[in-house]
Amino acid sequence: MVDASHTCVALNGVSAVAGGTTILRDVTLVIAPGECVAVLGANGAGKSSLLRLMNGLLATNSGSAHTPSSRDQALIFQRPVLLKRSVLDNVSFALKTRGVAADDAAEIAREKLAACGLATFADRYARTLSGGEQQKLALARAWALQPKLLLADEPTANLAPAAVHSVETILHRMHVAGATIVLATHNRGQAKRLATRVIFMADSTIVEDRPANDFFASPQSAEAIEYLAVERA
Amino acid sequence: MSLLVDSAAEAIRMVASADGKLLEIAVLSLRVSATATLIAAIIALPIAAWVAQTRSALKTPVVVVLNACMGLPPVIVGLVVYLLLSRSGPLGALGWLFTPSGMIFAQTVLITPIIAALARQTLEDAQIEYRDLFASLGLSRWQSLVTLLVETRFSLLVVLLAGFGRAIAEVGAVMMVGGNIAGETRVMTTAIALETSKGELALALALGMVLLAIVLVVNGFAHWGKMWIGRRYG
Repeated sequence: MVDASHTCVALNGVSAVAGGTTILRDVTLVIAPGECVAVLGANGAGKSSLLRLMNGLLATNSGSAHTPSSRDQALIFQRPVLLKRSVLDNVSFALKTRGVAADDAAEIAREKLAACGLATFADRYARTLSGGEQQKLALARAWALQPKLLLADEPTANLAPAAVHSVETILHRMHVAGATIVLATHNRGQAKRLATRVIFMADSTIVEDRPANDFFASPQSAEAIEYLAVERA
Repeated sequence: MSLLVDSAAEAIRMVASADGKLLEIAVLSLRVSATATLIAAIIALPIAAWVAQTRSALKTPVVVVLNACMGLPPVIVGLVVYLLLSRSGPLGALGWLFTPSGMIFAQTVLITPIIAALARQTLEDAQIEYRDLFASLGLSRWQSLVTLLVETRFSLLVVLLAGFGRAIAEVGAVMMVGGNIAGETRVMTTAIALETSKGELALALALGMVLLAIVLVVNGFAHWGKMWIGRRYG
């Protein structure tokens, strides 16, 4: 059994089924507050499902899941979903839905936009931003909500190197500011740069769960060895 | 060909001379159809929002009925509303038969399903895009609906224009319920039908051109309004 008192996330034997297919199978996982965990694995291994389950977008069919309340977490999608409003309004909207007064929301939003390098874009129409700027805006929106747990689902998969760098910088700052981060990624360099721990998934379950350095130096499961070998090739 | 040219000349003459009767008819057309569109929107948008997000077993039947009702024949609507509003009918006490109010009633019945059906599809398509974000942000059902309506505002404006277009172009229902009384319930379409039956084809066609121009102007204003809102975001 896992102790939920000093944990950010505690999953115990969790399985999830969607449309008759098992998309998560017997997942047991404890994440302490302040960790930065990278989730690796091939496409379809269950990385997104794991993040969606933690975020409450996916229901558990069996096992127990303790996660922060939805108000205490934020999810960054691979393709950011932005509202058809200004950059500033996208951030203040999220705050206002949680009862923050309009003036305060605008002030917090401007502060987070500045922190994400978007201060000069505040009045632009959000959907005219470039892909990298859109993802930075999604991060600013998430950051404004002060989540204890930030889930990022391949946040840089579609971005150019410079944008990848700035997204990583923002994730790092949020981590330093106290957020627990779970990052699904295909980018090994990114996992090494940001995470201290790697969860490797295959076939809808966790195959390895080890410190990042150990994992990359000596993967143990056949799946992880094959995954890393293909990536190196 | 000469009929077209004559009609166009007549249409320009009527508009240029600011013909009092024409103005009266055009204003009544606009007033009746715009009011019907407004009332239909107030009824239809909540229905559309409900159907778009419900998991009720009633959803499929409601969607099928709404979609089918987009094809309601105006004369049938006219007949039913006529029966409702006639002295012996259940709503006879309102005294709306052969008045603009009755015409607004008929057009509202006609276009409410159109606005509801099109808005339902618009909202449901948008929902696919926003669902995960709203759930992840922890939005309540009410917050999600309101945000979805705001996000689809431009598409919904086009839906309202489709409803308005159907209303102002419609002749059967307003003819039956309004009676085409000169100076009382005569609108553009019933005037055109009357002039055609009298053999005044050039006049009828000229009225048709004016009607088309009115619809163009309304759509132009709507588009301009949309651009104006869009420009606020640079």
